[in-house]
Amino acid sequence: MAATEIRIASRLPGLLRRAAGLLGSLLAVGGAKAIELPENRAEALYHVYKGGGVTADGPALLVRKSLADKVSLSGSYYVDAVSNASIDVVTTASPFKEKRTSYDLGVDFAHRDSLMSMSVYRSKEPDYTSDAFSLDLSHEFFGNMTTIALGYTRGLDKVFKKNEVSFNDYAKHWQYRLGLTQVLTPSMLASANLEVVSDDGYLGNPYRAARVFGATVPERNPRTRTSRALKFRVIGDLGNRNAARAEYRYFWDTWAIKAHTLEAGYSRYVGSDWLADGFTRFYKQSDALFYSDNATSETTYISRNRQLSAFRSFGIGGKLSYTAKRVPGQYEMKIVGSIERIRFDYKNFTDIRTGQAYMFNANLLQLYVTATY
Amino acid sequence: MNKARVLPTALLACSAALSGCSSFSLPKMPEPWVKPYERERLADPIMKGSADPLSARHREHVLVVREGARGANSAQGGGCGCN
Repeated sequence: MAATEIRIASRLPGLLRRAAGLLGSLLAVGGAKAIELPENRAEALYHVYKGGGVTADGPALLVRKSLADKVSLSGSYYVDAVSNASIDVVTTASPFKEKRTSYDLGVDFAHRDSLMSMSVYRSKEPDYTSDAFSLDLSHEFFGNMTTIALGYTRGLDKVFKKNEVSFNDYAKHWQYRLGLTQVLTPSMLASANLEVVSDDGYLGNPYRAARVFGATVPERNPRTRTSRALKFRVIGDLGNRNAARAEYRYFWDTWAIKAHTLEAGYSRYVGSDWLADGFTRFYKQSDALFYSDNATSETTYISRNRQLSAFRSFGIGGKLSYTAKRVPGQYEMKIVGSIERIRFDYKNFTDIRTGQAYMFNANLLQLYVTATY
Repeated sequence: MNKARVLPTALLACSAALSGCSSFSLPKMPEPWVKPYERERLADPIMKGSADPLSARHREHVLVVREGARGANSAQGGGCGCN
């Protein structure tokens, strides 16, 4: 080795030490304040969705309780009682009713500036079951001004078909999450989230039909899909007990769907017990590669699932929250009502009953009681 | 010169050039500029938007079964360091 190279090599450890010191000081600065577990909470919700011939309603419950300020346990239960007479159903089959029930159990551990969460999830309906396991890790650093979060979910669905015992398939899912939240000022937060989802298996609906030369054929979807979503969000306290938020999400996947979501909201306190919130949401997406309203050629994959078609939706809603009981340092109970109206406009999906492009309005209602203690 | 030695040599040369320069120092990291005692407004429920868990989950389910897009919606990214 030449003498010059020896001198360079001898200086490198010093440089690396300085770089490591810089990183260490970044992670350690202000680290005296430890992360806290999520608040103890009990919540009971009644929800209704009504639109496009579908009504889905039901209760949902959630309980979260910490133990020894180190571990927090949570459990939730959710029911969707669905009465389905959507355009797909009334034009190719008969209206039906079914119930979906889901449960999840979670545990969170806090250690210094890190929070680790694990949860299991199960959803069950007569012809579809889903099981999933999630692991999330978040860490606060830079004087607790920055939070980085990593998450992973592994899911397995089993797909069946009523009145056809021989139909039995699966869908596997892998979700990877990365998030960063930054305190910008004493009154403003910003965050960026990335989520990648990969699927393998049966990714369609065994009851749904596609149209080829006007004739009805079973849909044929690819058996793999990978999607990416990137979201930016900012929320700020405007002073005088007002706050505003805005977010934008860009989505793209291997089925060639691209989507933009824009959402904004405004909240303000009214008196000491009321919190009012107004929000609006705009969503737009393009067709999947193999989507066709009425295909004019035979292709390997074909779908007339309007979820995969070009459409846009616009929603506007409001939420009112009333603090019914507040005992500082002990507990707080709120009663909340929320309503949202969403209009869906399909660009490339014909209502075959009228020959016009399909559209519908939907209403979303939530009534709930939530207590933190 | 052996190809495998090009990159390490180039890196060493860059390091030498940098460390040999007396005015060179790694950039100083900024100090956290929002102190814990300044985060009262960030901790207010008004800054959580519509984040009650069951309500957010229900709304997300309604949208995800009707839209092609999915993901990056859950309450990830952590909090504000202001619990």
